[in-house]
Amino acid sequence: MVLNIICITLVSLGILFFLGGAVGILRFPDFYTRMHAAGKGDTISIFLIFLGIAIYQLHDFSVANILVAGKILFISLFIMLTSPTSTHALIRAGYEEGLKPWIRKPTKGQPDS
Amino acid sequence: MYRFAIFLLLFGIWIIFSGQFDAFHLALGILSSIFITVISSEFFFADRSRTLRKRLREICLFPGYFLWLLYQIFLSNLHILKLALSPRGMKQIEPSVVRIKTKLRTDFGRYLLANSITLTPGTITINIQEDELVIHSISEHTAIGVKDGAMEGRISKVFEEGEI
Repeated sequence: MVLNIICITLVSLGILFFLGGAVGILRFPDFYTRMHAAGKGDTISIFLIFLGIAIYQLHDFSVANILVAGKILFISLFIMLTSPTSTHALIRAGYEEGLKPWIRKPTKGQPDS
Repeated sequence: MYRFAIFLLLFGIWIIFSGQFDAFHLALGILSSIFITVISSEFFFADRSRTLRKRLREICLFPGYFLWLLYQIFLSNLHILKLALSPRGMKQIEPSVVRIKTKLRTDFGRYLLANSITLTPGTITINIQEDELVIHSISEHTAIGVKDGAMEGRISKVFEEGEI
């Protein structure tokens, strides 16, 4: 029962972060800022969701289930290694092609930074 | 010595991934681990000048850094979530390109710093040129987080003790 509550909380939190990423892609102003939302909302949400699934696996406690939970955590570890790399590759390609980052125009009364 | 450590590492991974403990699977694991160690042990741990003791210390300290990183990722994800979902969030977006100098000497340390910066939302490493990192940051708040160098300090504590 307690396990179920923990799992549901973790998975819903993960889904909430996914939602933030998706809305961010739509709302943010340019390529770079969209990559912020696209590339990394995923890492924490996938980690949370997989943590929830791994804990769910431990319902009936046995060596096989612990191994399965470990493998699930390994998946999220690999995603954490590769996701920033691909984000970096995309951003760098954009930067080297000379795409200008969007910069907020200084409004009246605010000093130009 | 290094070869034996690599063998143990590979065999441990085999045991975790196969999940079978009968004689046949274990023997198969030992054979394939030996084979891989023989043909490709040079590719693991390219820098052999450091002692195994030092490596072990790094391995023990790394989980601490990882947990701290997870906490940071969580915090800054909340920040991004706020920016994306709240109606006023759009006004707080102030993209800027930040350049910082790093004190880290080893390639692995720099790689880890760049990856950690990219992992914490709001900042992405665009490029590493020698000891300068070019970082794109989404708002004022995240730019400050990069500039104060807390992450760099932790990495150097774990991986480059006494080398700076």
